[in-house]
Amino acid sequence: MAQEEIHSSIVSPQGVWWKPVGAQEKLWVTIAFIWCLILFAMMPFWHLKGGQNPAGIRSKVDGEAFRERVNRFISDYRIGEEKGIPVVEPPPGSEIYLMGQMWSWTPIIKLKQGAEYTLHLSSVDLNHGFGLSHINVNFQVVPGYDYALKITPKTTGEYKVLCNEFCGIGHHLMIGKMIVE
Amino acid sequence: MSQTIGNLANRFRTCPVTGLKVDSQAENLIKINAVVAVVCLLFGAIAAVGLVLTRWQAVHLLPAESYYRFLTAHGLNMLIFFIVFFEMAVLYFAGPVLLSSRLPAPKVGWFAFLLMFVGMAMVNFMVFTGQADVLFTSYPPLKAHPAYYLGIIFFAVGALTVVLHFFGSLVVAKKEGAYKGSVPMVTFGAITAAIIAFITLLHGAIIYIPTFLWSLDLISMDAELYRLIWWGLGHSSQQINVAAQVAIWYLLGSLTVGAVVVNEKISRLAFVLYVLFISMASAHHLLVDPGFSPAWKVWNTSYAMYLAVLASMIHGFTVPAGIELGSRLRGLTQGTFEWLRKAPWSDPGFSGLVLSLVIFGFLGGITGVTIGTEQINIIAHNTMRIPGHFHATVVGGTALSFMAVTYYVLPLIFRKRVAMWGLAKIQPYLFGIGITIMSMSMIFLGIFGVPRRHWDITFAQAPFTMEFPTATETFQATMGFGGIIAALGAVAFILIAVVTVFFGKPVTEADIKSGASGIPQGILKLPPQVHSGAKVAEAHKVGTPGTMILVFIFLACFVLYYFTNWKILGALWKIG
Repeated sequence: MAQEEIHSSIVSPQGVWWKPVGAQEKLWVTIAFIWCLILFAMMPFWHLKGGQNPAGIRSKVDGEAFRERVNRFISDYRIGEEKGIPVVEPPPGSEIYLMGQMWSWTPIIKLKQGAEYTLHLSSVDLNHGFGLSHINVNFQVVPGYDYALKITPKTTGEYKVLCNEFCGIGHHLMIGKMIVE
Repeated sequence: MSQTIGNLANRFRTCPVTGLKVDSQAENLIKINAVVAVVCLLFGAIAAVGLVLTRWQAVHLLPAESYYRFLTAHGLNMLIFFIVFFEMAVLYFAGPVLLSSRLPAPKVGWFAFLLMFVGMAMVNFMVFTGQADVLFTSYPPLKAHPAYYLGIIFFAVGALTVVLHFFGSLVVAKKEGAYKGSVPMVTFGAITAAIIAFITLLHGAIIYIPTFLWSLDLISMDAELYRLIWWGLGHSSQQINVAAQVAIWYLLGSLTVGAVVVNEKISRLAFVLYVLFISMASAHHLLVDPGFSPAWKVWNTSYAMYLAVLASMIHGFTVPAGIELGSRLRGLTQGTFEWLRKAPWSDPGFSGLVLSLVIFGFLGGITGVTIGTEQINIIAHNTMRIPGHFHATVVGGTALSFMAVTYYVLPLIFRKRVAMWGLAKIQPYLFGIGITIMSMSMIFLGIFGVPRRHWDITFAQAPFTMEFPTATETFQATMGFGGIIAALGAVAFILIAVVTVFFGKPVTEADIKSGASGIPQGILKLPPQVHSGAKVAEAHKVGTPGTMILVFIFLACFVLYYFTNWKILGALWKIG
């Protein structure tokens, strides 16, 4: 009897509505669930086998301490200056530092193709967004936090670092550079 | 005592279409919340036109300061004020009206409305006077005037009060025997929306109260902790929308074509999955942040192995399957798709439902799950892919479903014939197509790395210039074009709603009998809501073959888009 009654979604169900599921619906729910497990498994899999992961080495850092570290990095490897921004050329394998502040990225960094570096990102004022164009690699830069990511440039060229987190009225003026040779 | 009962009885009327007993107090609160929602929608839509015409660099309409200010106002009025005021109306409908019960405390309802209204007015005042140029997210250390945060707190407390009042009305309805059996599915969905709203608004209180104190220089604020808890509000509030919108899909299916519930157990379990897992989505915004470990990101971004995604995929089946089964029971049994071919496509309640479902699922859902994948987020975070995704979910999905249901709310609750009925018939198409073009254009722009929330991607005044590929200029133009069509669709909706409410002709029983224009076909002749007997057994045997084909097309698109993104990611520099 109960099997023979069916109603809309604005009608109060009477009695027990916990009933067996139809074959088609069961099939779809099963397939959807398997797909969800695949979606989930892809992320740990990529940590094991993939080359792009946002894990990094994460630590807290005081804004002024980070600024001092960046200044030390600049004085160690400085090779010139462009538009008032220092240009540095650190050796392959080294720790490199990029500081976001309203509204510039300091310094301009020259890298070697195929070499691995550890890129430290932080901000000394607001949230900023590291956006490497046109590679389209994006990371959040949060004041008080040092985000250290191992990067290996694959292609050569001059890449712009834009800011993709709103940081006040001059946000769209904030642009830096990374050069790969 | 007897006078109180007499007064209470006077509050009710019986709806001539649905037979529900409607409390006039609940009805008035539905009206006022819906009207204010539409006013906020108008603010947001005006701002939207300024924004698309600025991001379209060939036009570049607004100066930088106005652009960021409009962006702040657009986000708040659309994502918070329009949607939450409308959801308050949905709660008053799904509780007292659908259960034929009384509103327990009308005065509390009006107090909550007042609080929300004052909060909304304060926030808009601070934004438009330039004292809160902090965008929707207001990430510290970016700081607004303290009154801005206070306005949001007022608004949230008001909304929280409405949610608690809704729970109260459920208790009263049950206790006083207003309905028999279990609550209907639509109410069940609204309950899950209300529970998520409760959790979300608590996050709001946890983050905005300290932020308010911080803006007064009383305490300090950690930038990353703010992002974590703020997105507990910011993303979860979008999950209230999902639950409310799915409840509306079920409601509209019932009213327009007599859709049935294929299986109560499965659909209700899917709603429960939303409640259990959806708050974890704060992580979607923190995938390339320095504050969290990979394990935390993977577990949370996937809602514990994608169980909330599973819920949406279930509703994506059960909603069309309910429509198909209900239509077959009404006699549309020919072939696989007669139920779709002969569906009432000129009923804006029906077309809006279908477009909302399709845009939400295909465009919003697939892109959302993909860019919310921990590693794929590297190529999507803060690019135009993000607004591309959420305009498909929140605007093409939620806002469009709210518009569609309005075409039934106007005659049923406001008891007015919908004005400009010819325009109303095409409005969902106008809006849906506009949003689809705009969202897809934004997604393509994002794939080229074009940042969101950016006034000038030509970097004309910056120390270094850079150029995006010329293809991006085309997509900017299509984004502008789609945005303007969508804005026209929104303005058409606002116009229809306002003219109907203030100047519309009342619905009489004679109008319903004679089939007067301005009354959707589901109200002229409500499709049967209950079926029984042999034809039910027959319908179960055939099942829903059309829906099975549609969901597998969906799955194929999903798989293709998802793995294409892994491929793009895999071609990048080695990073991590």
